[in-house]
Amino acid sequence: MAETTINITIAAEQVKAAIEAAVPGCQVEILPNESPSGQHSLILDHEHAVEAAGFLRDDPELRLDFCSDVAGVDWLDAEAKEKVKVKKLVDGVETEVEEVKTTTTPGYLEAVYHLFSMEKKHGPVVLRLRTKDRGEGARVPSLTPVWRSAEFQEREAFDLYGIVFEGHPDLRRILMWDEFKDHPMRKDYVAPEDEEEPVAAAQEGEQ
Amino acid sequence: MGNVMEQNEKSVQELKTELSKHGVFTTTFQEIYNWGRKNSVWPLTFGLACCAIEMIATTMARYDLARFGAEVFRASPRQADLIIVSGTVTKKMAPQVVRLYNQMPEPKYVIAMGACAISGGPFHSGYNVLKGIDRYIPVDVHIPGCPPRPEALISAFMTLQKKISEQQLTGEERPRHLKAELPSEFPVPEFGEHGLEPTENAEVWNPLKVLQ
Repeated sequence: MAETTINITIAAEQVKAAIEAAVPGCQVEILPNESPSGQHSLILDHEHAVEAAGFLRDDPELRLDFCSDVAGVDWLDAEAKEKVKVKKLVDGVETEVEEVKTTTTPGYLEAVYHLFSMEKKHGPVVLRLRTKDRGEGARVPSLTPVWRSAEFQEREAFDLYGIVFEGHPDLRRILMWDEFKDHPMRKDYVAPEDEEEPVAAAQEGEQ
Repeated sequence: MGNVMEQNEKSVQELKTELSKHGVFTTTFQEIYNWGRKNSVWPLTFGLACCAIEMIATTMARYDLARFGAEVFRASPRQADLIIVSGTVTKKMAPQVVRLYNQMPEPKYVIAMGACAISGGPFHSGYNVLKGIDRYIPVDVHIPGCPPRPEALISAFMTLQKKISEQQLTGEERPRHLKAELPSEFPVPEFGEHGLEPTENAEVWNPLKVLQ
């Protein structure tokens, strides 16, 4: 089994090169994974994602014919605080004052696809599609036209994270009821009954 | 006044014992009525999660709930008088549980079995789990445990039997199903835009208040 498994570290670069050669204009970014598993992922641009996915499925070398898993990830707006020394006039004397500078990186949502090859017995290759933001721009192209197994899982990511998959044949909620408006797996979601829970109120009082 | 009543009760018991020694059986209507009811409780065939497996085990040969007269699990709420809420009640399932309870004829009883049914249990912080079925229907016996062992369910069932045998047929102390003005059906929650609406039935649910 061991010799039939792709060395993932090399594969990420090889796959990136193969996609960029096959799909002109496609921009692939490698997101390294520092852990021992070394499962680096490939971030695809929206415009060429479907074409690149079709290439990965059909290429005789790669033949990634099985999409085992689609997952959603929520990245909140990240705030980085940095202490900066600034020269200021204090009582007419120029002194160095420490100021806290805050930089905010806007958040986004991510759809993660895990691909394997049944034919070649190798994998996984991890694809990521990132949305522009967590609001109106939470859109990515759907890969269901390429891998049918992504259909229900993209619906689940739509239901729980609010990622809109453009080109999905039947994008409806799959776990929550149709009237539901929220996306409960988002990190800032609070269930309505949790907002006024007496225990939570007591903890706040202690702080 | 209380002393006279107590002495009356005592002498009635003595008379009953004395008569039974001579082969005469005496009882009250309330006693024999409740005795019949408590020994023939028909639970609803209804399970939600892993607690249901323990409930099934309780009915089988080893634990044998039939010893308590409750072996007839009915597949229709119209023929059942006990609903054992055995497992996690998801928000999607909660309206159906309330509807099943509403469809049962009076007198009807509820056992909330396991941590999930009484509070949401390990899924308490989950977005999709109801934090206890007592938010919507009146629960007679709560059983803690995850899941409770069959012995715990038997204990809960015996507690329910005790409760039934002590129910008054007349007077102010009589149970809900004998008071015409009290409801026998409870509002079924609806799927709202942010969760179940309403989130609880204030007439049924009396949570413990945390004192600041």
